[in-house]
Amino acid sequence: MNAPQTNPAASPADRAKPAARGIRQTMSDLHIWTGLLLGWLLFAMFLTGTVSYFKEELSQWMRPELAHRAETPEPAVVASRVAKALETLAPKTTQWSIGLTDDRHAVANAFWRVPPKDGAQRAFKDANFDPATGETVKARETLGGEFFYRFHFQFHYMPVRWGRWLAGVAAMFMLVAIVSGVITHKKIFTDFFTFRWGKGQRSWLDAHNALSVFGLPFHLMITYTGLVTLMTLYMPWPEQVGIDSPALKKELTAQMNAFIQPGKPSGIAAPLAPVEAMVREAEQRWGPHSVARVTAILPGDAAARVAVSRGEIGRVSTSPQYLLFDGVSGRLLEDRNGVGPAAATRGVMVGLHLGRFGDGATRWLYFLVSLAGTAMVGTGLVMWTVKRRQKLSDPQRPHLGFLLVERLNIATIAGLPLAMAGLLWANRLLPVEMAQRGAWEVHVFFIVWAVATAHALLRPARRAWVELFWAGAAALALLPVVSALTTDRPMWRNMAQGDTALVGVELMCWALGALLAWLALRTARHQPAARGALRASQKAGSSGVATEPGFTGGMALSQGGEGRP
Amino acid sequence: MGCLHVPDRYAPVNTSAPLPAPALRARLTALSALLPLLSRILAAVGGGYALAALASVAVLALPVSRPQAVIAGMLGSFVVYAGAIIWVFAVRSAARAWAGLAVAAAALLPCAWSVWQAAAPGGTP
Repeated sequence: MNAPQTNPAASPADRAKPAARGIRQTMSDLHIWTGLLLGWLLFAMFLTGTVSYFKEELSQWMRPELAHRAETPEPAVVASRVAKALETLAPKTTQWSIGLTDDRHAVANAFWRVPPKDGAQRAFKDANFDPATGETVKARETLGGEFFYRFHFQFHYMPVRWGRWLAGVAAMFMLVAIVSGVITHKKIFTDFFTFRWGKGQRSWLDAHNALSVFGLPFHLMITYTGLVTLMTLYMPWPEQVGIDSPALKKELTAQMNAFIQPGKPSGIAAPLAPVEAMVREAEQRWGPHSVARVTAILPGDAAARVAVSRGEIGRVSTSPQYLLFDGVSGRLLEDRNGVGPAAATRGVMVGLHLGRFGDGATRWLYFLVSLAGTAMVGTGLVMWTVKRRQKLSDPQRPHLGFLLVERLNIATIAGLPLAMAGLLWANRLLPVEMAQRGAWEVHVFFIVWAVATAHALLRPARRAWVELFWAGAAALALLPVVSALTTDRPMWRNMAQGDTALVGVELMCWALGALLAWLALRTARHQPAARGALRASQKAGSSGVATEPGFTGGMALSQGGEGRP
Repeated sequence: MGCLHVPDRYAPVNTSAPLPAPALRARLTALSALLPLLSRILAAVGGGYALAALASVAVLALPVSRPQAVIAGMLGSFVVYAGAIIWVFAVRSAARAWAGLAVAAAALLPCAWSVWQAAAPGGTP
């Protein structure tokens, strides 16, 4: 994290025989540039990924029409009810799949195949079902927490494949930034216990180090496993070269997921065997509430098959594990249990990334460390400008590169939380019967983000930081109020009903709003005393400018290098 | 060495006026000073990815089941990629960076080649 030194190698004669630069110097430069170039994308990926650990809770909050249930009904009974409902709802489908209820999913969600339209490979419909009655329930059209989740690895307004490649490139940058950051910082663990408040750049560096080291194993794990989730896209070559027959291809697919292709229908009608018994048999093997999904292939046909698959609760893996039943006799045909060692490793890595295996405490830990990761990226981005501001010849008129980084930092770090709050506001305020409502919630997110970016470009930097932080804080703080006014699920009623998911989302809005308010206050109170600013104020006779949300300055910044021998 | 150290390249340059010869020469010199850096970036991004892809294919030569080898190759490829990038920027010159990648590739090539030959239609079994 040493500044690139302006070394004497500037003259051509010296360049021919350059002085060898230390490995930590070059790694520092690598760290700075890999961290900066896609830092804004990484910040957005980290923040939206962080909130995705509460995707299901967010989805519940965004569908206030779905009533809270005090107890989770038996999954086997729910499966049977929904399967019955699907008989009338989708009588001709070749495949349906029911996601069962658990303590995070209050309603059962099922999707089924429909004949594809105009050239599409396959098409599906889906619906939510009341676990108590098996009837479909209507809720406002929304992507729910799914939007942030999708955005964090494929962005939006671009083909999914491009978005995923972009996310992959960003993740690779992150991986290199982490490794080079560790090499740079050889005293990393000692310095973890060093914190110098109110020392300008020093404090930023200490904050960045503390946030990084605290979660280092997590950040490294989450970055690598993130790449692993989409590795067949990023590194298709071994498959291209080594998988040369349909049978091998099928074998490879079976090692990684439980998606079962519909076979050939026999044409002979036969009623589907009761799925309740199948789910119970699976629960006997794996334990209660272990079944996540029941999938039927060719239901109503004599060749029907039913797969009962295991979820991620209680096992750190996403490797496919399921029981395959004959759909007419209900006889167990196959117990798919266990995959090869490499596939099992992959399953564990993806399971670690998703963090769905644990209970509430695990999820909270994931959330907090991931938030620290977001702050690590954010402090790194801000540090780039803090360090360079001292060296500006005229801080009133910084060069283009500096301006760009400074303004993108504001638009991303202060603007994105505001835009995310905007999406939740849109969820409450857009008319429920509006056409394309779910898509418009997302449009509102991007409109708010664009407005925030324009604000960041047009206002003086420090004011832009403060105003956007305050706007985000206010938007989050008022969200529970808006929700109470527009739905019949105000916070006090949710509390009385013990609906921890909805109460939790709104308390979290307040907590994150308080965090943004704190950042706004720190930035507003920040007393700039940068060398450059001082020089400028002497020159221009004006007061200095500072544009960073600071851990209070007040002291002259350490001069020159880093003081790290 | 200044492999990643780029001088103040944001300095405004007036492009409309015809450049006097010394100024032109100065800019060319500045540009050529960037070449080793560009070479390293290419080695890191392109060369690193190629090496990672080669390593992931070379894993198929291991005597394990094909699907496991495929998955293992993919899983490990990002370590190779990250390691290659670190290498490219850690060594003393761009030439050494490329040479290191070439040596690693040469070591992996026989394994990858044998797999490729076996897979290619008409190739020797």
